[in-house]
Amino acid sequence: MPYEPTAAEAAESAPTLPTDRRSGCPFDPPAELTALADRPLRRLRYADGHVGWLATGHAAARAVLADPRFSSRYELMHSPIPMAGLEEGLPPAQTGDIIGLDAPEHTRYRRLLTGRFTVRRMRQLTERVQELTAECLDAMEQAGPTADLVTAFAQPVPALMICELLGVPYAERERFQSRVATLFDQTADEQAKGEAYTGLLLYVRELVVAKRAEPTDDLLSDLTTTDLTDEELAGIGGVLLAAGLDTTANMLALGTYALLSNPDQLDALRADPGLAGQAVEELLRYLSVADPIPRAALEDVEVAGVLVKAGETVTVSVQAADRDPDKFPDPDRLDLHRSATGHLAFGHGAHQCLGQQLARVEMTVAFPALFARFPTLRLAVPPEEVPLRDRANIYGVISLPVTWEQEEVAP
Amino acid sequence: MSAPQDSLRLHVDRDRCAGAGMCALTAPEVFDQDDEEGLVLLRQPTPRPEHQAAARLAAGLCPAGAITVNSPDATAS
Repeated sequence: MPYEPTAAEAAESAPTLPTDRRSGCPFDPPAELTALADRPLRRLRYADGHVGWLATGHAAARAVLADPRFSSRYELMHSPIPMAGLEEGLPPAQTGDIIGLDAPEHTRYRRLLTGRFTVRRMRQLTERVQELTAECLDAMEQAGPTADLVTAFAQPVPALMICELLGVPYAERERFQSRVATLFDQTADEQAKGEAYTGLLLYVRELVVAKRAEPTDDLLSDLTTTDLTDEELAGIGGVLLAAGLDTTANMLALGTYALLSNPDQLDALRADPGLAGQAVEELLRYLSVADPIPRAALEDVEVAGVLVKAGETVTVSVQAADRDPDKFPDPDRLDLHRSATGHLAFGHGAHQCLGQQLARVEMTVAFPALFARFPTLRLAVPPEEVPLRDRANIYGVISLPVTWEQEEVAP
Repeated sequence: MSAPQDSLRLHVDRDRCAGAGMCALTAPEVFDQDDEEGLVLLRQPTPRPEHQAAARLAAGLCPAGAITVNSPDATAS
């Protein structure tokens, strides 16, 4: 029989969530987190002293995310990382914030959206993504031969696309871009986040009211024909905009950094553009930028042979689960030829990423286009000087200075 | 009559479906999504042999557990 510590002993000895990546490879989970992945599920001490769980095994992570007995409601969760201004606990999801809801409320909202993000509809956007990508590459080339890949390419490509899809004027991005950045910044205090969220909601609500009066051909306009209130529409629109702006953008920039750091893999992609779809899945697995995902047990549930008690929080480490050697052999190796199918980078369960098919189309177009346009693309700074977003909800790079040989660029 | 190893029967539960599109992405010959709600549609309830591996993979990947796979001979009573 394995030794079972008492609750008091567990509280005493349980580790907190490791988040510091400074000592290691920027693409790997924190070394201390990997050290905790020797068991699929283990005790974790939360910022408020709660002793809950950390899931690092792929099967355990998947089981938690798939199980409706684990709630997504913020107010039932404890935070694994300290959040300034939230020492008293997390507030419930605001109206329309579908990420923090359970069935049936979550289902009702999600069903209004899933038809808009199907595989077929997103693939129909391929040509448009190609055009937007080419425009960004043109501008980058003209301003070259150096660029910050984040602002020149990784951010605008998905931002232009989600704005067009939702019906948000990209020209007004100063009204939402920095607010979204604040929302995802773990160092921002709760007041700043509250103001950013309120500002974002007010902006989207203005758009919704305008579209109700004068519909255009976009998702927000279409949603005004449902029974959703303006407040619900503003909340949903805000979530979709935020998610569309800051997720794929980080994958594109961090993924480029990872490929430049693994020249053999980049060569493989260049040699065979047909590899792009598979390469995107492997980059998603390898980088798993949206991490971690917390859940709260609504009742006692057994996971990986351990009894999680009602009321306890489980933090699912997607990064660790996607590096589980039982699921992905030699997991720390970026290998574009492997089958990364089954990764949890988009989550799992009823909340699995709504925009994942859009993200796939964007990345499958953007990575090959970037490397085709700039065959000599390389970092303009030593790799260790690339600033990392290690205190943000979505991991990535703050900037990625790149350069290329101008004369080699194809006309 | 198909041989026993060819029998594979799929069931989908549209109430459980999360509309994530993993099935339509993984086994497009077998699964589709409706345009209205994006929920699963079964194109081949008994997939042809060449599509069975993808169908099983899709069932395993479904985030909502909305696809079940039955091999009739395994459950015969």
